[in-house]
Amino acid sequence: MTEALWNLFWILIFPGFLFTVAFGLVASWIVRKVSALVQWRVGPPLLQPLYDVVKLMGKEILIPQQAQRSVFITAPLVGMAGVLLLSTMLWRISIAQTAFIGDIIVAIYLMVLPSLALILGSSASASPHAAIGTAREMKMVMSYELPLVLAFIVVIIKTGGQLNLAVIAQHTPVFSISGLLAFLVALLCVQAKLGFVPFDIAEAETEIASGVLMEYSGALLAVWKLTQAMMLVVLPLFLVMVFLGGFGTAGVPLVWGIGKYVLIMVLLILIKNTNPRLRIDQAMKFFWVYCGIALAVAIILAIIGNGYDISWL
Amino acid sequence: MSWKIWSLRKSPWVFHVNTGACNNCDIEIVNLLTPKFDVERFGIKLVGSPRHADALLVTGVVTAQAAPRLREIYRQTPKPCVVFCIGACACDTGIFKDGYHVVGPVDKIIREVDPDAIIAYVPGCPPKPEAMISGVVKALSAL
Repeated sequence: MTEALWNLFWILIFPGFLFTVAFGLVASWIVRKVSALVQWRVGPPLLQPLYDVVKLMGKEILIPQQAQRSVFITAPLVGMAGVLLLSTMLWRISIAQTAFIGDIIVAIYLMVLPSLALILGSSASASPHAAIGTAREMKMVMSYELPLVLAFIVVIIKTGGQLNLAVIAQHTPVFSISGLLAFLVALLCVQAKLGFVPFDIAEAETEIASGVLMEYSGALLAVWKLTQAMMLVVLPLFLVMVFLGGFGTAGVPLVWGIGKYVLIMVLLILIKNTNPRLRIDQAMKFFWVYCGIALAVAIILAIIGNGYDISWL
Repeated sequence: MSWKIWSLRKSPWVFHVNTGACNNCDIEIVNLLTPKFDVERFGIKLVGSPRHADALLVTGVVTAQAAPRLREIYRQTPKPCVVFCIGACACDTGIFKDGYHVVGPVDKIIREVDPDAIIAYVPGCPPKPEAMISGVVKALSAL
């Protein structure tokens, strides 16, 4: 009984829902504020993402007449559930060492869930703009999932075939040539997963009117916004655990962990603010050809480094 | 004051509808997003879909082509929402008053759909960005 209550507490309050949402809203404020500062503006106040979500909760929910109602309504909840589970899992591994063998594969699966839910929800909305957005989102998922998984494979090779996140988090593969290459590619994949600017092709506001999210309004849109805010916590955290040596829980390691998180956020925001949006074919070519070649080199270097015990390769 | 209105004041997302304007008002609206005025300070954000919007910024006289589209866009905006008539043409058809293609000022078309619509007027040709910010503030505090 107490076990079940604790699980509920973990999922709903501390490392799960409440904590991740609060952290995510602050993180999305940081993204907007830093973007504003880069553009020499003042930017929104600290509570702006919270105001947005509260306002959307109070708005009317419109559902298109021809939409598949059940799929349209459940898709945002499925996406949010995926991120929530991933967040709880990663924080619990960081804090309480509850890792198990193969959890990195579970995490990779859970990371795809929001994108799949987005594809389902937007294709259920019976809108031509959303259909274009769906097609683009599908192509994006196909483009960045392969390099992302390959980047994790580099790490798995570097750590000697470990599939346990708590053990992987004790290594820092980024201090080697192959690890650095894999980290840079994974960073760009996370940029695409978050839907940030060079890769916000599926949501292109100027061409297809918010694309995938076009038909969502009111509370359903608020759930999507919360899901995106939570992804902003979870994906950089995952990168920190896999590439940068994990997130500590007390004292100096905690400060280091926050520092690593901030470093990844700064990189993401700077890429976001210095690049124009790509076309879908350019994005696909970028991920498959350039990132693919970089990762092939990284995997070969990692295997050589592992075979001859050269840790910097 | 209910929490819905309170939060609406804190983050009004706007959707820009051009119903036949000469682009002068549209340029001034885009001017609001530049570093000089930066309306994101007040949580105002330009969104791409009427379903995300809390306020419609309508510019220009309503032409015969644009009238049914304006009605449809108003119906697709989740309520509560505010309609802003930006510029002399949108407020009162301006110099195009007797044009063959003019159906009417924006408020007339919106009232056909919803007699209780909340409509705010910002006159000027084009209105200054300061005037638009002042109009938004006045309309939101009157909610």
